[in-house]
Amino acid sequence: MPYKSILFGRTYAFQSVKEVLAKANEQKSGDVLAGIAPDSELERVAAKDALSCMTLETLRQNPVVPYEEDEVTRLNQDSIDEAVYGGVRSWTVSELREWILSEDAGESDLARLSKGLTAEMVAAVTKLMSNLDLLYASAKMRVPATRNTTIGLRGTLATRLQPNHTTDNIEGITASLFEGLSYGCGDALLGLNPVGDTVSSLSEVLKRLEEIKNHFEIPTQICVLGHVTTQIEAVKNGAPTDLIFQSIAGSEKGNRAFGFTTETLREAEELLRVAGKKSGPNVMYFETGQGSELSSGSHHGADQVTMEARCYAYARNFAPFMVNTVVGFIGPEYLYDSRQVIRAGIEDHFMGKLSGIPMGCDCCYTNHMMADQNDVENLSVLLAGAGVNYILAVPASDDVMLNYQSNACHDSAAIREMLNLRPISEFEQWLEKIGVMENGRLTKWAGDPTFFLGKGF
Amino acid sequence: MNDINGLNLENLIKQIVKAVMAELSKRDDAPEQNPRDITTQESRKLILLKNPRDAEALARMKTRTNARIGVGRAGARYNTQTLLTLRADHASARDAVFLDVNQKILDSLGLFTVESRCKSKNEFLTRPDLGRQLTEESSAKIRASCVLNPDIQIFATDGLSSTAISTNLPDLLPCLLDGLKNKPLTVGTPFFVKNGRVGIMEPVSELLGARVTCVLIGERPGLATAESMSAYIAYNARVGMEEALRTVVSNIHARGVPAVEAGAYLAGLLCRVREAKASGINLRKESGK
Repeated sequence: MPYKSILFGRTYAFQSVKEVLAKANEQKSGDVLAGIAPDSELERVAAKDALSCMTLETLRQNPVVPYEEDEVTRLNQDSIDEAVYGGVRSWTVSELREWILSEDAGESDLARLSKGLTAEMVAAVTKLMSNLDLLYASAKMRVPATRNTTIGLRGTLATRLQPNHTTDNIEGITASLFEGLSYGCGDALLGLNPVGDTVSSLSEVLKRLEEIKNHFEIPTQICVLGHVTTQIEAVKNGAPTDLIFQSIAGSEKGNRAFGFTTETLREAEELLRVAGKKSGPNVMYFETGQGSELSSGSHHGADQVTMEARCYAYARNFAPFMVNTVVGFIGPEYLYDSRQVIRAGIEDHFMGKLSGIPMGCDCCYTNHMMADQNDVENLSVLLAGAGVNYILAVPASDDVMLNYQSNACHDSAAIREMLNLRPISEFEQWLEKIGVMENGRLTKWAGDPTFFLGKGF
Repeated sequence: MNDINGLNLENLIKQIVKAVMAELSKRDDAPEQNPRDITTQESRKLILLKNPRDAEALARMKTRTNARIGVGRAGARYNTQTLLTLRADHASARDAVFLDVNQKILDSLGLFTVESRCKSKNEFLTRPDLGRQLTEESSAKIRASCVLNPDIQIFATDGLSSTAISTNLPDLLPCLLDGLKNKPLTVGTPFFVKNGRVGIMEPVSELLGARVTCVLIGERPGLATAESMSAYIAYNARVGMEEALRTVVSNIHARGVPAVEAGAYLAGLLCRVREAKASGINLRKESGK
């Protein structure tokens, strides 16, 4: 059955729910590359109009990858809270949008709604929202999670400190860690992207992260972001870690391209829940990003916003401690410029929260995109205003290993000061105790990585 | 008001003008400030953080990583020099992506130029598929200008850094060709492809019937260097071949593998690929035997 819209007297027809979803997207170079973008701006709006009249039931019945073919779809469909879904199944996407934005929808109402929505519904309502709609709705939602500390509480902005190094040199990594800690960064995670994905390399770095965490009594989490299978081996061999990381995709085929199965993730989860001492239940860390499915040919003809929403639907099966989109890492063939990357960051944050995921954002760009550091700064302020759980902290924004730029250690300090946000509470107390923060502001000791030397380390 | 007669007033004004001009010209004559270059390695070693607890230790820490540590701050923001150095490095990376390879360099190396199917840099960035294909005109030009069925075909393409090609090719290419000179091999006619991706080596190889194809290509620039070049090598490259069948030598630049060294190394490597009749994972298997 075709889905139709009439604009300025002209009728636009779309052959499938998948086509409506794709054409209703804001402009993204990845959708153009996939050959599924609308032919004109009017066709884009016609698709949005057709989508606004579609019911949630239609979206439930038309996942963009069929149930029989795809595990991500099955996990999503089978875990829907039928009572919640029953209450909204006859709503149109327009009605869903207006309810989410309304005064009737408070934090707990939205948290409940989240359990009844499939990824396609989450993606659909996102396509009908302006940037401020998305930020406004996001600001109402909070999704906390607990490991050693609790992330995502109202009034906080946390950071993942990313001390990457071109050769995984332990002293070099430590230098970047001290730099970041001295700016009040690292409350979400001390988390390194390793160059060498081997058990010995991961274990060596994890050991150092754990030493620093214990020696200075830092209330935070540690993780080295190797492949999930390498991390599992490292933990089995006695390496310390608080979280296990994996990049995930919105289809089974995409996850296969990343080299893991759901069983692999379950094994990781179990391993840490058992090995974890008295810590909280959230032990997984996932990264995502619009366009990754298209890049591995696993998008099943669907658009990148819908595929991204499916990542979050998949992630919530594992009750993660943290999830972030690496929004501008993928390159201009998927997100062309700052306009597209800022839009994507705002969409991803909203979709993550509406999916019940403790959502952060790596606000970032590569040097072949039409974007620069100003754009990353803009996006991080917007998301902090909308209550993002965490952003990244890289020394002076320059990731010397991954060759891209994210937020600098300075940025979170500035944003916290401007928006009256604080680090995670235990971490803030620690910063005050050692003396680099006072009343939420950096002290004169802040910004000096040698502050941590000569303290028995 | 008598003493302010026309003449005296004129004199007064002249004196004032003269004095002002003298002062101004002094400024013009002032010795130029020795302009400092904030992008040199020496400038980068400077510690901008005011009053570190342990300056010596910080200098040592900076030798352990290229990460920008010890940069200090103005409130919760960068010092001006940190900000401007970052901007300069980003500008250098942007120019590498968006500017064309210096034509004089291509001429001096005797390379003719053909094009991928990307008509502009923007199309090149958003349509990787077109960057892996040659225009018909380019195909015809290559066929007409090159030695056919060579043992080894070498060509260059800008990829994501024209700067990498402009900087490294003049040293690398002569050295590489020299290294192949006295070998019992047919070396093909080198040329340059504008707006090409790695995969464009496949139609080139098919077109010329090359046994071994080697493309020299600019890497995606980081802030640390915009000059890094890679060489991708494949035996019997065919359209749609597996990525894993390519042998890669990356990080060719002044502070990585210097161009001259890379040229000599590549000559040996190309001969090995020709001899083993294998590249990528197949070459590793061969070598393991």
